[in-house]
Amino acid sequence: MKQGKLFYYIPYGLWIALFVIAPVVLIVYQSFFNIAGHFTLSNYATYFHSGVYLKMTFNSVWYAFLITAITLLISYPTAYLLNQLKHKQLWLLLIILPTWINLLLKTYAFIGLLSRSGSVDSFLTFIGIGPKQLLFTDASFLFVATYIEIPFMILPIYNAIAELSPSYVNASRDLGASGWQTFSRVIFPLTLDGVKSGVQSVFIPSLSLFMITRLIGGNRVITLGTAIEQHFLVTQNWGMGSTIGVILIVAMVITMLLTGERKEKGRTRHAK
Amino acid sequence: MKRLVSLVVVILAVSLGLGLTAHHLQRVEGVVGSGNNVLNLYNWGDYIDPALITKFEHETGYHVSYQTFDSNESMYTKIKQGGTSYDLTVPSEYMVQRMKADHLLRPLDKSRLTGMNNISPQFKNLAFDPHNEYSVPYFWGTLGIVYNDKFVKKGELTTWDDLWKPQFKDNIMLVDSSRDILGLALMSQGHSANTHDQTQLDEAEQKLTKLTPNVKAVLDDEIMMYMEQNESAVAVTYSGNAAEMISNNSHLHYVIPKPSTNLWIDNLVIPKTAKHLKAAYAFINFMNRPENAKQNAEYVGYSTPNAPAEQLLPADVRQDKEFYPSASVIKDTQVYQDLGVKETGTYNDLFLQFKMFRK
Repeated sequence: MKQGKLFYYIPYGLWIALFVIAPVVLIVYQSFFNIAGHFTLSNYATYFHSGVYLKMTFNSVWYAFLITAITLLISYPTAYLLNQLKHKQLWLLLIILPTWINLLLKTYAFIGLLSRSGSVDSFLTFIGIGPKQLLFTDASFLFVATYIEIPFMILPIYNAIAELSPSYVNASRDLGASGWQTFSRVIFPLTLDGVKSGVQSVFIPSLSLFMITRLIGGNRVITLGTAIEQHFLVTQNWGMGSTIGVILIVAMVITMLLTGERKEKGRTRHAK
Repeated sequence: MKRLVSLVVVILAVSLGLGLTAHHLQRVEGVVGSGNNVLNLYNWGDYIDPALITKFEHETGYHVSYQTFDSNESMYTKIKQGGTSYDLTVPSEYMVQRMKADHLLRPLDKSRLTGMNNISPQFKNLAFDPHNEYSVPYFWGTLGIVYNDKFVKKGELTTWDDLWKPQFKDNIMLVDSSRDILGLALMSQGHSANTHDQTQLDEAEQKLTKLTPNVKAVLDDEIMMYMEQNESAVAVTYSGNAAEMISNNSHLHYVIPKPSTNLWIDNLVIPKTAKHLKAAYAFINFMNRPENAKQNAEYVGYSTPNAPAEQLLPADVRQDKEFYPSASVIKDTQVYQDLGVKETGTYNDLFLQFKMFRK
């Protein structure tokens, strides 16, 4: 019996060891070597003493935060609305549909829309606002990034709301809570799990976005992903690239811990 | 469950069918089998006229397996790791120097080469590879400025310093390459684009931050698409990319800026790991033939180092001073040298700093 159980662990164990533990160990190991191949802490020293890298880290976190905030702002009402609709599976499918299309393709489509000769600009000229520089601006970067991340925020929130038993809402109404009180005291806290996993699955990939920073942001938006790409492909300074990678991993772990911890606290509070 | 199983079966059957068809097609075309009649060519994307590959295959009976890279550095990494054995690759001059220093190249056997006399003397025996011990020039070109005559008048852009003019606010696209962008700042100040002098480099970076208000975007090959669509008035790019843009949009023009610019040369080299030497030499000799070099130059749009081939080109191409500049202009150009890993890092950090600088 015990042996049989062990057998089931093999695929999982192998997967974790080969594709999770080994790469992380390698990145951490690599980050302690300078470009000449000597063991050193200098990569970390460079990172924390360089205004460029710290500013870049700040940029990454700030843009990831903005993307997450905007997607959340759009997604929660959307997910809530979807749950009230008649054919909710169909509407949900329509939102998931764009994720079936290759990311690069969608980004290029946006280039066509937002460029000087694109339809958005023609429309702006038509209604009298006049041509505007749309590509290579913070606004267009945030817009495209939000567009790409939104399904990953809507889905978990949608599921959380769908699981919420209507009897809670009814009880709250019966006991005299107003619509807003019902939402802020009952619905939102009970669907917080969905919000948290949505935030995780948007914030973490947004930290290291780099293709959109180039194609839509025109490299006017520089995040840590750009620096990693440069260190691995151009300068061949894998140590420094790995150091930035380690810092990103740490940032992600912190995000997970923050969103995870609050969840349990929240639960106990509401259990009272 | 039953549906799931049948779905899996269908997917497997389709994949198997596709796989077999692909294998069959490849065998018909002769890709499969790494026998002696193969040439593994590792080249930049779209950097050879496909008709020439067919011609070479017909003439010699070798089958060409064409694989592509998009930067010198990624090619270097792949060759160094040595997983695949390529018979020929096409590094730029500074990369030839680095690969040579790292013993990744095989010296050329001059007795097996023909047509070396066709190569113009000004591209032979250069500092990165004295006596062309390892490399045969394939294409060359310059770094320069493309402008759109809808927004910029002729003569408004003749020097690197003109890029700093306030009239180009938010209207310049730069190529995403630390050496070229720092290089243009260095050259505009009359310094060498190969400098190791930290003061000169810092000055160049300082000067570049003043360019920031004019910079619309820092991109790679996407520049071509944007310039063709009149998205931007000015771009700093390579002559070959410029040729391609101009052929698609007649409002575009290319300028070699003063006081000097970078001249680069891409070269055919044989990596140490090459297995099909005979095919590699046959290919070099094939490309050295004037009619083939001419055909290739017409297709790719870069300038050919092959002197008789240049003469075969239509007069309007070969007399175009921006793409086949006079000897006096060439004399003032600078060829990049390998900076070594440490200095490459310095250049890149400064470039990153420039890109981070916000208006």
